[in-house]
Amino acid sequence: MASEDRAAAGVTREEGSLGHQRIAFTVMVVLFVLAPFVFYPVFLMKALTFALFACAFNLLIGFGGLLSFGHAMFLGTAGYVCAHAAKEWGFNPEFAILFGTGASALLGIVTGLLAIRRQGIYFAMITLALAQMIFFFYVQTPFTKGEDGIQAVPRGMLFGAIDLSRPLAMYFFVLVIFLAGFLLIYRIIHSPFGQVLKAIRENEPRAISLGYRTDQYKLLAFVLSATLAGLAGATKALVFQLASLTDVHWTMSGEVVLMTLLGGLGTVFGPVVGAFIIITMENYLAALGQWVTVIQGAIFVACVLAFRRGIIGELGHWLKKPL
Amino acid sequence: MLQKRSALLAVSLAFAAGAAQAQISDGVIKIGVLNDMSGLYADLTGPGSVVAARLAVEDFGAAKKGMKVEIVSADHQNKPDVGSAIARTWYDTDKVDVIVDVPTSSVALAVSQITKDKGKAFLVSGAATSDLTGKACSPNTIHWTYDTWMLANGTGNAIVKTGGDTWFFITADYAFGHALERDTEAVVLKTGGKVLGKVRHPLSTQDFSSFLLQAQASKAKIIGLANAGGDTINSIKQAAEFGIVKAGQNLAGMLVFLPDIHALGLQTAQGLIFTETFYWDLNDNTRAFTKRFSAQAPRNLYPSMIHAGVYSAVIHYLKAIEAIKSDDGTKVIAQMKKMPTDDPLFGKGSIRADGRKLHPAYLVEVKKPSESKGPWDYYKVRNTLPADQAFRPVAEGDCPLVK
Repeated sequence: MASEDRAAAGVTREEGSLGHQRIAFTVMVVLFVLAPFVFYPVFLMKALTFALFACAFNLLIGFGGLLSFGHAMFLGTAGYVCAHAAKEWGFNPEFAILFGTGASALLGIVTGLLAIRRQGIYFAMITLALAQMIFFFYVQTPFTKGEDGIQAVPRGMLFGAIDLSRPLAMYFFVLVIFLAGFLLIYRIIHSPFGQVLKAIRENEPRAISLGYRTDQYKLLAFVLSATLAGLAGATKALVFQLASLTDVHWTMSGEVVLMTLLGGLGTVFGPVVGAFIIITMENYLAALGQWVTVIQGAIFVACVLAFRRGIIGELGHWLKKPL
Repeated sequence: MLQKRSALLAVSLAFAAGAAQAQISDGVIKIGVLNDMSGLYADLTGPGSVVAARLAVEDFGAAKKGMKVEIVSADHQNKPDVGSAIARTWYDTDKVDVIVDVPTSSVALAVSQITKDKGKAFLVSGAATSDLTGKACSPNTIHWTYDTWMLANGTGNAIVKTGGDTWFFITADYAFGHALERDTEAVVLKTGGKVLGKVRHPLSTQDFSSFLLQAQASKAKIIGLANAGGDTINSIKQAAEFGIVKAGQNLAGMLVFLPDIHALGLQTAQGLIFTETFYWDLNDNTRAFTKRFSAQAPRNLYPSMIHAGVYSAVIHYLKAIEAIKSDDGTKVIAQMKKMPTDDPLFGKGSIRADGRKLHPAYLVEVKKPSESKGPWDYYKVRNTLPADQAFRPVAEGDCPLVK
């Protein structure tokens, strides 16, 4: 990314009033609360889990400047672990999700320790290589059931009381998880930790010279991003009652890059918009089969050429307010 | 008073009409053909299955009987997540009453589960795993055309008896491959053969060289191909390039369809022995159907047994709806099991309590190029297994429905 892009979404103007972000957030919440009464809840739940996944990814690239090309491993790992816990060990949904998220956090620590030692393309390649190793592990290990995936995962009773097999109950459960994740990310990027992260993104040697141990900051950002991606993956497994190889495949890592870029790298709301656009396309263009990928590719090219800040990034630039 | 009474009459009439309407949900019977429209199973299932379903609706005479039948189709790309998402949307928002075909066992198992949860109907023609009528059986699913037990029993038996007693398996690494390998291995061991080894490959593989070399090194007499569609075609072609058959080992395609032979050509495919439940050249009825099917099918393909199964299943499904005047999934499936089946392609048959459709199976051998009299004249029928011997006995299936 060129430095002007970073400046556009960057540190300086974000220091101003954040009131308009509160308004945008309120609008988003109202829309999401009303949406299931108009649209098909399963579709919305899918979009919400991907929105959370994209937000988690954006935390790393948009604010830490680290392009991970292996985020599917966190999405998929949490999905498999959550599905296994819910189906084979009979965990309650809330514990199954926590358990899956925890597994991704652990994986994030291990892979993060290896990956953050390098920058730029080497960082991306290391994460991709690790993700491919994880993918191969899931293809071969018996508990994931190979191409079949873990099927018929029970949604169960939330806190032993709320029956999640009802679509609306499940929807609001997913919405609460999404909003919690979203607010956590919002809090992180506006905390002192987030400020240091942005400083590292802009100029790492300078941050080091100011006395920050940048490796520790980057590792923490990586683990946080992995954990939140895991939260999305675990929730997704319960929504579809299925954990499959699609979620750990490298194309999933590519898809989340696309969602984030399309919505707006380094913006708060961009990944949510990007995720909804991509998922809507996949859903309504599904009849075109393999052509969906071609169309996505074309959109990606158009986006990079015409509006590099992404939809929300351009909108924010136009309104002169960071969104 | 009179006014009051007529009003009452009008209201009750309206209710009666409403009740009659409610029997067939929204007045339309919607059939969803879900299969692989573009990948390695597209020729065996794909658009051909939509043609077969359409012919079935025509031959049943739905329009004449005043039944409104609609057919929709979708591509599940052989992925359980894509397939189950489509199935959910179809049932929840598109008012689909029945899903048919669904090759790729992993997707079929997922769709079977969703169908059971939603109380709809699922007629499997494309998928092979015998688990659909075994430990994963469901009151909403009927497994129509064939299964892995039937293939293993028909083909495996015949090969071991003619001296092929040591085996090496090349297996597609998912539910179908595992089930086929398991069922075939059981037959081989039971008839006194030995399994020397096995290797698993991912679904939709292009390069089989390392797997074939392992098979060659095992020195097994028979290399069992527990895969299907494009995977089987690739492994047979590459085995020919390695000279495996010339060197004295034999290939056993456990699941081979007519369009596969068409793709391979008789020169490569000659002498293969396998089991099918339908062949276009069996009798006048099958020939007549094939003519109509081929006219509408892409590239004028002849029907595979999966296409025939879709046709037969849809006809029987519509007959059951006609009999009970309801399209409630669970009730229709129960009625389908109650009525004997009869259609031009499979003849008379029946459906067992565990959801297994019963009909004869044919052990066929691929003709030499010199024996073939014309296009698509590919098979010699070596043996016919009667319906009561072709499929797994109920007691051995572990289906919870029949305990």
